[in-house]
Amino acid sequence: MIDDSPVKYDALRAATAARIALGRAGDALPTAPLLDFQLAHARARDAVYTELDADAIAAALSGHEIVRMRSQAADRGEYLRRPDLGRRVDPAGLVALRPGDYDAAFVVADGLSAMAVNRQAVALVAAVCALLGGWRVAPVVLVQQGRVAIGDEIGAALGASLVVVLLGERPGLSAADSLGAYLTWAPEPGRRDSERNCISNIRPGGLPIATAADQLAWLMREARSRRLSGIDLKEDRLSLLAASAAIERPP
Amino acid sequence: MPSYRTDLSGTRYSFRDLAHLLAAATPRRSGDALAGIAAASDVERMAARFVLADLPLATFLQESVVPYEEDEVTRLILDRHDRAAFAPVAHLTIGGLREWILGKATPAALAAVAPGLTPEMAAAVSKIMRNQDLIAAARKCRVVTAFRTTLGLPGRMAVRLQPNHPTDDPTGVAAAILDGLLMGCGDAVIGINPATDSIDNIVTLLTLIDELRQRFAIPTQSCVLSHVTSTILAIERGAPVDLTFQSVAGTEAANRGFGVDLTLLREAHEATRSLQRGTVGDNVMYFETGQGSALSADAHHGVDQQTLECRAYAVAREFSPLLVNSVVGFIGPEYLYDSKQIIRAGLEDHFCGKLLGLPMGVDVCYTNHAEADQDDMDSLLTLLGVAGVNFVIGVPGADDIMLNYQSTSFHDALYVRRALDLRPAPEFEAWLEAVELSDGQGGIRPIGFDRGGMMLGWDGGVP
Repeated sequence: MIDDSPVKYDALRAATAARIALGRAGDALPTAPLLDFQLAHARARDAVYTELDADAIAAALSGHEIVRMRSQAADRGEYLRRPDLGRRVDPAGLVALRPGDYDAAFVVADGLSAMAVNRQAVALVAAVCALLGGWRVAPVVLVQQGRVAIGDEIGAALGASLVVVLLGERPGLSAADSLGAYLTWAPEPGRRDSERNCISNIRPGGLPIATAADQLAWLMREARSRRLSGIDLKEDRLSLLAASAAIERPP
Repeated sequence: MPSYRTDLSGTRYSFRDLAHLLAAATPRRSGDALAGIAAASDVERMAARFVLADLPLATFLQESVVPYEEDEVTRLILDRHDRAAFAPVAHLTIGGLREWILGKATPAALAAVAPGLTPEMAAAVSKIMRNQDLIAAARKCRVVTAFRTTLGLPGRMAVRLQPNHPTDDPTGVAAAILDGLLMGCGDAVIGINPATDSIDNIVTLLTLIDELRQRFAIPTQSCVLSHVTSTILAIERGAPVDLTFQSVAGTEAANRGFGVDLTLLREAHEATRSLQRGTVGDNVMYFETGQGSALSADAHHGVDQQTLECRAYAVAREFSPLLVNSVVGFIGPEYLYDSKQIIRAGLEDHFCGKLLGLPMGVDVCYTNHAEADQDDMDSLLTLLGVAGVNFVIGVPGADDIMLNYQSTSFHDALYVRRALDLRPAPEFEAWLEAVELSDGQGGIRPIGFDRGGMMLGWDGGVP
């Protein structure tokens, strides 16, 4: 039993990314894992306070018309304290939106990690649009201090059949740059979270951009053909994602 | 209805009802500000506390913060109120109750009066207590429960071993369990938050923990923290269910948001007890709560989050739970903004739960968008250890890779047990001695992962 144990213990260790077998200094952590943890937390904290790089995103999405706006949350502190304000567009921004005959609108918001948006959003928009063929896509709206539900108001103002909100998820210690994509059919203020579909953990080392784009394009086509989104639009390959997304409310 | 008003330096402060008064008296908290019910100023908050301090306890039996007709939690609180237990304190005001708790009350007197106190009374007295009051008073409250271990005994603190995994991989879960056992954790429960709530998955995880427990003769209980309806189905499938878990809140509407009501909880309680799997006791329920859950579910009735949290304890105590855990920092900064608010809330929840007769543990935790870090968790963990918390959470390296938040670690448990001379549950302590993990001086020997596995006779295989 003990002869082959090192191999099996290695297998145990390899089966989880949890911080196990860290060793001890007295009762405490050894110095290296202590500092590793603090570095991971520092990355997450920085991600929460990183700003949306709207200029770079607009430049990279040069094939799209871009509209910039902000939510009613004045700064990060208010954004964190008042999620309701992060779900509402600053009135000055709304006037820039003109309704059109759009199949889809993309809203790119900082969420809880602008780092994720700065790194992943452009590539995802480009990859999804490439898969959508003849869809009429509305101008891309960039939002500072935005939460998921802000897409309802924006999508409604644009007259879009569906809205996809891309935003940074709450940073974890293992990844501070996870992007989330939330799809809502027939966006209008008051939509419930159960009426959305979510693809989460989009990042290098998580769900790759190409896979996320496939899943998102599939969801968008299904939503359009069935004229709905949310829990009624779950597919087996996505049910695990939906289940994990249900644990916490979206940013 | 009595009038709630006072004059301070020539300014009149009045509060329209008990809910308004309680909300205004609460220490500053982002969730109450979000709900629009926080005090407008610090002086208004003090005015509310003066009014509250003079309020007779009997007022709380005459006025409900959530209407009796609309809410089964209110009905539970008032219908279950024990007048005989209440008698020794019936003449007191809230201010007088504070002084009685901190002064004359013995542990036995506090235990006897618990069924006579309502959640709103507990919330009210906590609002006029400082942190040191919350600690000193909680230390006096003893709530002992048992299943395969006995929890809440003086001088002891247990740990829930929380071996979560983002895909529920049994080998990964087993690895985290081994890591925790080697640091003396798991006497409160080995409890997994499943990533998916399917019955097959729940049965797989329950079977995994149960087989490990039996193979190594570990005196503890297991739990997969799925929805109560899933656990009932698992029981019907013959799965080894020790404890039934459920998140609960302080209003009927918030509980409906969790997909539960009192009838369903009664059914689950009876189904779980009928299995008779406990050896030293039959407390079979595990509840989790947290300030802000009712507002999050849009079911707060204009009542502050700390008072509603106490009402969740009324739901819990109806079912004689083994464990009640306030997951204090999990909900995020819109409810508890920073470490000051998290620490205060953790001490309030622990004290109020204990005062109401519940076996309180606290998940000392935070998320990455809250203004808090591990230093703050060290502070709260130490304070709760002094306060006599029944159990805390142990996660590998304090990093829960499934729920994506930071809690306390196995190392933290070693620290606080050593610093405050706290021992594990007696049955578990005997096991730690039998497998030679104890160092004989109240600590745990520093044994590496591989060697520890061999010592337990674990070949590294997973059931």
